[in-house]
Amino acid sequence: MAKTLDTSKPVKIKESRGYRVFQVCNTILMVLISAAMLYPFLYLVAQSFSSTEAIIAGEVGLLPVGFSVSTYEYVLTGGKFIPYYGNTILYAIVGTVCALFFSAILAYPLSKKELRGNKVISPLIIFTMYFGGGMIPNYILMTSLKLTNTIAGFILPGLISTYYVILMRSFFETVPRELEEAGEIDGLDQVGAFIHVALPLSTPIMATMALFYLVQYWNDWFDAFLYLTDDSMWPVAYYLRNLISTSTTVEDAAESMSINANIKSCAMVLTAAPIICVYPFIQRYFVQGMMLGGVKG
Amino acid sequence: MVAKAQKAPKNALAAPGSKESWGRHFHKYWQLYLMMLVPIIYYIIFRYIPMFGNIIAFRRYRAGSSIFGDEWSGLKYFQQFLNDSNFWRAFKNTLLLNFEYLLISFPITIIFALLLNEVKNVIWKKVVQTISYLPHFISMVIVAGMIRELLSTSGPINGLIESLGGSAITFISEPEWFPVIFVVSGVWQGLGWGTILYLAAMTGINTELYEAAALDGANKFQQCLHVTLPAIRPTISTLLVLNIGQLCGSGAFEKVFLLYSPTNYDTSDIIATYVYRMGLGSGNFSYATAVGLFQGLINLVLLTAANEVSKRLTGSSLY
Repeated sequence: MAKTLDTSKPVKIKESRGYRVFQVCNTILMVLISAAMLYPFLYLVAQSFSSTEAIIAGEVGLLPVGFSVSTYEYVLTGGKFIPYYGNTILYAIVGTVCALFFSAILAYPLSKKELRGNKVISPLIIFTMYFGGGMIPNYILMTSLKLTNTIAGFILPGLISTYYVILMRSFFETVPRELEEAGEIDGLDQVGAFIHVALPLSTPIMATMALFYLVQYWNDWFDAFLYLTDDSMWPVAYYLRNLISTSTTVEDAAESMSINANIKSCAMVLTAAPIICVYPFIQRYFVQGMMLGGVKG
Repeated sequence: MVAKAQKAPKNALAAPGSKESWGRHFHKYWQLYLMMLVPIIYYIIFRYIPMFGNIIAFRRYRAGSSIFGDEWSGLKYFQQFLNDSNFWRAFKNTLLLNFEYLLISFPITIIFALLLNEVKNVIWKKVVQTISYLPHFISMVIVAGMIRELLSTSGPINGLIESLGGSAITFISEPEWFPVIFVVSGVWQGLGWGTILYLAAMTGINTELYEAAALDGANKFQQCLHVTLPAIRPTISTLLVLNIGQLCGSGAFEKVFLLYSPTNYDTSDIIATYVYRMGLGSGNFSYATAVGLFQGLINLVLLTAANEVSKRLTGSSLY
């Protein structure tokens, strides 16, 4: 950042001219990349506000053509979109709370070096990141536990993410041992030290992990696909999946594809909206979480 | 994906603790052990039982039988799939799609990180970062939906082709387009997010290094080449090795599953989707488990090897 005053002035000026050209090109490139990143979103929004005729004619590019909000009225009032959306909210909240709780009560003891059992437990838990039951054994387990068509069937498969547990463990390891010991002198037992000392100091990691789990459950459709056959239980992501892939299986049905293109776009916009709207404000937590695991090396 | 320091806690500091008996140890720490009891039971039921459930690759499984199958069938299912050309097609596609994605996305991500690092306006940099991270958080269902909409015959890409005098392409069902769609959409999703570790490594570079390089007459490009790049080289090699370790993995499953169709199986069908169709689609549970186990074992070997190489190279490993 700090520029040094140097003696080689002519060289410096020549160089900075080249650098200025680079800066301009770089800015243009960044604008183009940002635009390319945003375009798919903008296109969906444009389509969701466009008329069916304009979409079939291929007139929609960046802005809505034949602007109307009737698609939103249709999706939000008729059909099953709202109940599915409600399911997603319910699953995401219940799932995140449970996932956070069980991950924390695993990660905290794992962070204690003095716990001799960890020498066995830690490797066994980490091994599950390298190898596991594949899709079929998992499916057989879930069905034989009779978890199909229950909330548990949707929440349990992703309840504890080993990677997140490890991130939490490394954070708990940074909690000063002296503070917990001080708490223990004041009469706290080990659970008390966790609740009253370690947890309050760990709000950044808990917030980050809550967001990770929230996004995981919000976006998950495959567990619903496998374990929720009762369509009143579907989360909105799975409903979207059916909306998107059933209507395109018939190759020559170009027309029917376009007829509900605005409905599909509208449903996608509404499903992605909470994440897109909230995300810029909480982005730093995600990045922090990513760095926790990454920059220690 | 992510490198983490080896903290080497192996030379256990808890030497005095090792002298106390297990009884005393449990008496002292029973609360902590109790705390993790439920998660450990979760791991046993939902991670280890399915892991041993892989045994049905060697046993006959019928609907309604025990989750560990009925009777031994030896290597029958392995012989079956090894003689199945559809399996080898899926095997080839798994490696190929993962490799093509790595080949394209890996250098692009580094270049993007270097360019982003040259953006000096803090607010503008934040804006670009925020926008480029966004696709990472979007559900694969929506990503797949976007791809289908953008590439539909009346969509904007075909609109552009037609306005240039070409004729519309049914991208989504053409086998030759599938890898392109897969890689390009993957870059779109992962480009920004992939830069985080590089940018973090770059902020750690001492600015005096740049000043010294400038004094020696290095221009900005040379500074980038001789200061920035060497500084992020450990990150580059760690991430490269770890990505190579995942070449046979199923990370692409959701996207392929949402986008592929029988017309493009030749280039799109990967092992995970093949396992799904054979197992849950056609009910050949043992056969599909054998295929899945085969992939899982290759993956285990590759990941372990990658982890070891990474440890030796840079001292950091996956976990």
